[in-house]
Amino acid sequence: MEGWRIHTGTALALPFDNLDTDQLIPARFMSQPRDAGYDDFLLYDMRRDAHGNLDPGFPLNCDSQASILVVGRNFGSGSSREAAVYALVDAGVRAVIAPSFGDIFASNAVNNGLLPARVSDADGAALLMALSGKPESASVDLETGRLMIGTMSIQFALDGAWRIKLINGWDDIDLTQRHQSDIQTFSKTRRHNAPWVWPHETH
Amino acid sequence: MSAHATLLDKLWSAHEVYRAEDGASLLWVDRHLVHEGSHHAFAKLKARGFGVANPELTFAVVDHYAPTRGRDAIADPNIARMINTLEQNAAQHGIQLFGLNDPNQGIVHVIGPEQGLTLPGLLINCGDSHTSTHGAFGALAFGIGATEVAHVLATQTIWQKKPKAMRIKVDGILGPAVTAKDIALNWIAWLGSDGARGHAVEYSGSTIRDLSMEARMTLCNLSIEGGARFGMIAPDETTFEYIKGRPFAPQGAALDRAMQSWGDLKTDGEAVFDHDVAIDAAKIAPTVTWGTSPDQAIPINGSIPNPDFLKAGRADAARAALDYMGLAPGRPIAGTPIDQVFLGSCTNARIEDLRVAAQVLSGQTAKVPGMVSPGSALVKQQAEQEGLDQIFVSAGLDWVASGCSMCVGMNGDLVGAGKRCASSTNRNFRGRQGRGARTHLMSPAMVAAAAITGTIADVRPLLKGRAA
Ligand code: SF4
Repeated sequence: MEGWRIHTGTALALPFDNLDTDQLIPARFMSQPRDAGYDDFLLYDMRRDAHGNLDPGFPLNCDSQASILVVGRNFGSGSSREAAVYALVDAGVRAVIAPSFGDIFASNAVNNGLLPARVSDADGAALLMALSGKPESASVDLETGRLMIGTMSIQFALDGAWRIKLINGWDDIDLTQRHQSDIQTFSKTRRHNAPWVWPHETH
Repeated sequence: MSAHATLLDKLWSAHEVYRAEDGASLLWVDRHLVHEGSHHAFAKLKARGFGVANPELTFAVVDHYAPTRGRDAIADPNIARMINTLEQNAAQHGIQLFGLNDPNQGIVHVIGPEQGLTLPGLLINCGDSHTSTHGAFGALAFGIGATEVAHVLATQTIWQKKPKAMRIKVDGILGPAVTAKDIALNWIAWLGSDGARGHAVEYSGSTIRDLSMEARMTLCNLSIEGGARFGMIAPDETTFEYIKGRPFAPQGAALDRAMQSWGDLKTDGEAVFDHDVAIDAAKIAPTVTWGTSPDQAIPINGSIPNPDFLKAGRADAARAALDYMGLAPGRPIAGTPIDQVFLGSCTNARIEDLRVAAQVLSGQTAKVPGMVSPGSALVKQQAEQEGLDQIFVSAGLDWVASGCSMCVGMNGDLVGAGKRCASSTNRNFRGRQGRGARTHLMSPAMVAAAAITGTIADVRPLLKGRAA
């Protein structure tokens, strides 16, 4: 995974609260291998009418080039399905701006180079207002934690460790390998103190 | 450990391998449960050239795609491939598999406890958000995403920031036919579907002490619907009794030693929580959802809210939800006609759940079609020994095999567009049970009442005079 510091692209408003993972990617697509890309599945049912035609009124259908999404609160609540993040990433989204995120979604996002940027309720509302009707060019700076849209400059919150991971494109497995000997020592002690953790050994 | 530690503190420090400067902890994982959905993680592992660090602590189960009928010849090639991929991954890495036709197969969060794989004091991970279920045993259990699943497979550890501690204390006696499901829907409706975000919830109080293990699992299972990744209950005699004699649980001297250590798994008297909530059990009524988020729930004798009277933040969501659900504001929720019922899922398909539903359904005929999918093959067997299957079948409901089924619809068990389903599951999200499906969450007893009346109905009058 490649790291990044600054991203400039088109910001689009999806003014919905609680866009949960079942909406981000309906379950029926999750048996697909990733190779062909998950972009087509993003918000599949929300973007279409009952006959499966793209609804021209849905924001994402007007500007599919958007790479920065400004959304309502509790974005990505629900299941642990990382496929919700794959759908966003494969559709070219690099940052999602919201007042709050589902916890598992946010860590899944960071593991895939997608920024979950948290803003205050007031800033979130102001951004949705500014973007209502039309997408705009915007830029996100991971280092300074700022989002710039037109004349607006908004501070977003991001966990320090996540910032470093996103900037460096780091994978946790690489980081963890450095603690291999700690893990081995821990495992030995655990085995000694709590042998029942190893289920086949207490019979 | 100071005398001010919460259960969360104790579980956390018992698993901390290393703490980074930024405060993230590298935690040891005692138990890792995988299912068909873990195929992305196995693919990542392969791409990175890693093996499974501790296959003896890893268990695989077929549940999300498990067909509930016609298992011998799976018609859908996608489903067959998903199951086959898991079988291959399990075999290749030496992981014990509870396969489709294993007598112990079932939903991952049902069979973990049933098999004695879930024990107090363990850290349990699974690529499924309802992993919080296992916290009912005083375990640190939480759902993780595919990249994290690959990480646990490769290292038997997980990076995690310690959440804040929240206590939900429930005291008093629950009314007739009021269950753990109702306690959960109640606090979620009160605090919101993100009300516990960033917190580990510990449930305590006299009402919780009186709950069976099955009910405790239901409660911890639903914690995620209130935004908490962790739900937990300190282990006690009820917990130990449940564990004794389970296939993978320690026995004899090992059990004695384990129980001694488990006795300390409780919050100290002096401990302080970041957030404290108290609930009076007597005030809880059977509860149902009316919207598309689990916090859009009301007592069965309540009315569907009018968005005009809600706070600005909730009003728009409520309007959209009512539109999707095809409901009018201000009307009583009771009496709303339904099209079908579903009794199943890791939330409410344990033997106790089936018993209470059968008690309501006994000698009755369902007015609408429906399906009962037990939480595991063993639950199914037990129910059949007790004759519960006969009650369901005579009432006109389908009695099918175990799996996630209509909770998520991955196996093809779906609710049709625009159809209204009374469901014992955990999520009423748009499209969760199928595109355009309208889901009303409720307890198994309430699902049974809905079946008999063909409407959303209060189960309490139906239970009067029936043997408990
Ligand atoms: S029954 Fe539903 S919530 Fe439970 S593990 Fe299966 S899909 Fe997830």
